[in-house]
Amino acid sequence: MDSLPFFPVSASTTAGQVDNLYFAWLALSGVVALAVALLLIWFAVRYRRGSAANRIVADAAKSEKRMRRIEIVWTVVPVVLFLAMFVWSARVYYVNVTVPRGALPIYIVAKQWMWHAEHPAGEREINELHVPLGRPVELLMTSQDVIHSLSIPGFRIKQDVLPGRYTTLWFTANRAGEYHLFCTQFCGASHSHMVGRVVVMEAAAFEGWLSAHANLPTMAARGAQRYRQLGCDGCHGAQASVHAPKLEGLFGRSVELRDGRSVLADERFIRDAVLLPNREVPAGYDASMPSFRGQIGEEELLEIIEYLKSLGNATQQVMP
Amino acid sequence: MADALAAHAPQFDDAEQQRTASNLGIWIFLATEILFFGVLFAAYAITRVRFPDAFAAASRLTNLPLAGTNTAVLLTSSLTMALGVHAAQHGARRAVVGWLSLTVALGCAFLAIKAVEYRLDYLEHLVPTLDFRYAGPQADQVELFFYMYFFITAVHGLHVLIGIGCIATIAVMAARNAFSPDYFTPIDVTGLYWHLVDVIWLFVFPILYLISRS
Amino acid sequence: MNSASIASEENYLSSGWNWWAWLTTLDHKRIGILYTITITLLFGIGGAAAAMIRLDLLTPNSQLVSVETYNKLFTMHGVIMVWFFLIPSIPATLGNFLVPMMVGARDLAFPRLNLASWYLFVGGALFTIYALLAGGVDTGWTFYAPYSTTFSTSQVFAAATGVFIAGFSSILTGLNFVVTIHSMRAPGMTWFRLPLFIWAMYATSLILVLATPVLAMTLMLMGMERIFGIGVFDPALGGDPLLFQHLFWFYSHPAVYIMVVPAMGVASEIISCFCRNPIFGYRFMAYAMLAIAAFGFLVWGHHMFVSGQSAFAGTVFSLLTFLVSVPSAIKVFNWTATLYKGHVTFHAPMLYALGFVGLFTIGGLTGLFLASLGLDVHMHDSYFVVAHFHYIMVGAAVMAFFGGMHFWWPKVTGRMYPEGWARFSAILTFTGFNLTFFPQFILGYLGMPRRYPVYPPEFQAWNVLSSAGASLLVFGYILPLIYLLWSLRYGERAPANPWGAKGLEWETASPPPSENFHATPLVSEEAYAYARSESPHG
Repeated sequence: MDSLPFFPVSASTTAGQVDNLYFAWLALSGVVALAVALLLIWFAVRYRRGSAANRIVADAAKSEKRMRRIEIVWTVVPVVLFLAMFVWSARVYYVNVTVPRGALPIYIVAKQWMWHAEHPAGEREINELHVPLGRPVELLMTSQDVIHSLSIPGFRIKQDVLPGRYTTLWFTANRAGEYHLFCTQFCGASHSHMVGRVVVMEAAAFEGWLSAHANLPTMAARGAQRYRQLGCDGCHGAQASVHAPKLEGLFGRSVELRDGRSVLADERFIRDAVLLPNREVPAGYDASMPSFRGQIGEEELLEIIEYLKSLGNATQQVMP
Repeated sequence: MADALAAHAPQFDDAEQQRTASNLGIWIFLATEILFFGVLFAAYAITRVRFPDAFAAASRLTNLPLAGTNTAVLLTSSLTMALGVHAAQHGARRAVVGWLSLTVALGCAFLAIKAVEYRLDYLEHLVPTLDFRYAGPQADQVELFFYMYFFITAVHGLHVLIGIGCIATIAVMAARNAFSPDYFTPIDVTGLYWHLVDVIWLFVFPILYLISRS
Repeated sequence: MNSASIASEENYLSSGWNWWAWLTTLDHKRIGILYTITITLLFGIGGAAAAMIRLDLLTPNSQLVSVETYNKLFTMHGVIMVWFFLIPSIPATLGNFLVPMMVGARDLAFPRLNLASWYLFVGGALFTIYALLAGGVDTGWTFYAPYSTTFSTSQVFAAATGVFIAGFSSILTGLNFVVTIHSMRAPGMTWFRLPLFIWAMYATSLILVLATPVLAMTLMLMGMERIFGIGVFDPALGGDPLLFQHLFWFYSHPAVYIMVVPAMGVASEIISCFCRNPIFGYRFMAYAMLAIAAFGFLVWGHHMFVSGQSAFAGTVFSLLTFLVSVPSAIKVFNWTATLYKGHVTFHAPMLYALGFVGLFTIGGLTGLFLASLGLDVHMHDSYFVVAHFHYIMVGAAVMAFFGGMHFWWPKVTGRMYPEGWARFSAILTFTGFNLTFFPQFILGYLGMPRRYPVYPPEFQAWNVLSSAGASLLVFGYILPLIYLLWSLRYGERAPANPWGAKGLEWETASPPPSENFHATPLVSEEAYAYARSESPHG
């Protein structure tokens, strides 16, 4: 069976919904394509030159009216069908982009030409992703260079991974095993080598794997260290003489800006604050934070984000 | 020679058809130019919305007096061009040559003033990749503003240059009596092009120089 | 009919047979031929790249070429096939030849612009071939930033310049067609008596004129960013890589309609002739093409569902994409209905046209899979997309192009092609095409990404099948080249109207005189005025 596969394995809770859409389209388009083909063949045979078929159009005006009605029917019916399919597929999509609360975050940094995964508990992986069975997992992803795209066909998910911002992907694996992981946005010479595997493990096995690979401090601990190293608490710490926002409990809160807008202090906000600090200045403060562009890498930034999450009520993100 | 050209090109049935076709042709061409510049304006607008403070600060560093003068120059040149078309409608050959020549001169003046402006920008270290220096915050975004500023004004300047070439050519043709009240399509068509170049400047000028100067 | 001289009477081919006459011609018919020769050469180059791609994909570990070379192969294949074959194909060859004739004019409105358009096209092609010879480009035909602006070390600038220049060729052709159709129709040729091919050229020209400038400027911005290193797209400076995608696809989606709407026009001409029936629902067909052209500008975001654009934007684009497919569906049903109560014959052009309808149907239906948001997440950038667009661009558009070449070959050259070989080629092409690209739908759903020279071994069987089909397809394309050239010298001489078709172009000699018609035609009947009980000849 493996030598001529027809259908990918289905290993996530949303894969079934995607497959249902697929089958519905297969059925619908199969019917239409078959109908068109059969009609073409039938008409071609029946009305071939020299055949004895009746070609007389008895009443031109009535025929004209009938033609008009047929045109309208076969315009309206597709519109209705397409609208129905649109609504259905949009709903599947919304499930796809709505991250459930309590999802386990895993951070992904893509770079030419490998996938770097960091678990909050400290494990790091390259081109592999170990995840627990039956638990929602949220991937927070960014790229260090060009646009990549993370695709896991077995879960029916895919999301472009961009430099300069974070994108997310979530899934709940419901079948243990190993699944392909591909880069699906052309990213240079070794694009087709930027592949890996997702390993879905039963809860106990996953815990075992985590402890076996926990030879590094947690991301939050590393983030705290980086925070001190870069001198962040010089301004943001309790002893600071500079008027800078306190970061405890910041993450997940709504922040009012100087220009009147309100933004959510999510991962994107933190990243922009560190790299482009004067774009979103909170109300009551001035634009004097220096930029750390060039001094901090993507992985380190994610560690700091984990650290800040640990400082306050880290509410789960619901992606727009 | 005027009579020979008052006749129509062989693919057309008559002069009327040729005029209609030429007119429609130039309007379609102008539409493509609008889309062309539209992309630049869109890119500028989007970037500006992302960095309002940096772009406002950068915009204040542009040379308003020179650009303002240029606006007056270009508007005047549109007037002289229109007067040239008007003269052509009445077959006033000397007036046509005069107005077209004046338009050419004003166009050249526009480019000369632009050159001076670019030089001053260079001396103030505002030209990206040519020793760009900016001491304030968000220097990268200020540099981005100037990159777009030079790109947009250079593309516009190129269109001015091409326009000058076209107007000079038809001025010479007019001097050689190539046109008549029955046939002055090239003047008409070039006039429309020149007016568009002017209109585009009327968008370029405010979005680059005037926004955020209170 | 003697075969000794080129033709017994003077025609556009018989006068002036030297290089200079051809290279300075203002005759739209000769310019159409110049374009045909040029795009055939470029099709050969793009096709050679495709052949190497399919050969390399026979094995999962890219044994034929290095991965760097493979990346350059698929890029050049895309760049050449899209901009230097498909976009000009029907408009610049058949369109240039037929638009004046079908409206009853002596030439296009601006013959010198027409010649300039060809030179621009050749200039652009030369830049692109230079890029190919100087090491190639490896960004994909989509030139996504920041890879194209900051990371690729290949000939991006040269290739982009080539496409930029060729873009002006498109704009001038479109401009010429719109003006000609508006202002140079023969007496009696009202809008709704125009052949649907003209409506197709008109709709296509609107897109050519309005979309191409956007591409030109986008490529310019990309090129400038590559040279000067500062930019609008570079995220390292707060630039937005998605902005590039929006600008690029704003042109490139309408561009696919530039590639398929002319094919629809050709199909309508052929099907009505070989059914001896007016096209069912003429007005719906004309309006449908205009609707496709207009709506086609509103759907570009469906190439970007997983790009990071907002879910709201994705939803809007998905809805609009479903709506834009409705006019195309109507056209398919109308072509089918045209056969009803007709007198159907199966000459080669008709086989190509029927093939077009079938393959366009499959291609269009699979587009709906991709328009479905929830499904596209899985299928985006997979071989499903590759199969979908090849069904439309190769299956539909190229088959229609070949059908049109055969249909109007007698008119253009004054010779008949060998019918037996032509029918065989049509069937061979249809079969080879399906064998090549149908397996790719399956590969796509399995998850095989596009632009992969190296792939998991379990995908090999389908890849081998696809490459086998490609080897058939190659013959389907080479055969017509051979027998069409053969017919130029040895083909049976063609009468003015070998098919008994309706249309002004058939009412003048084959090949036509330089001025197309000896007297300005007067139009008094509707389009496709085939009498219902009339029996065809030919």
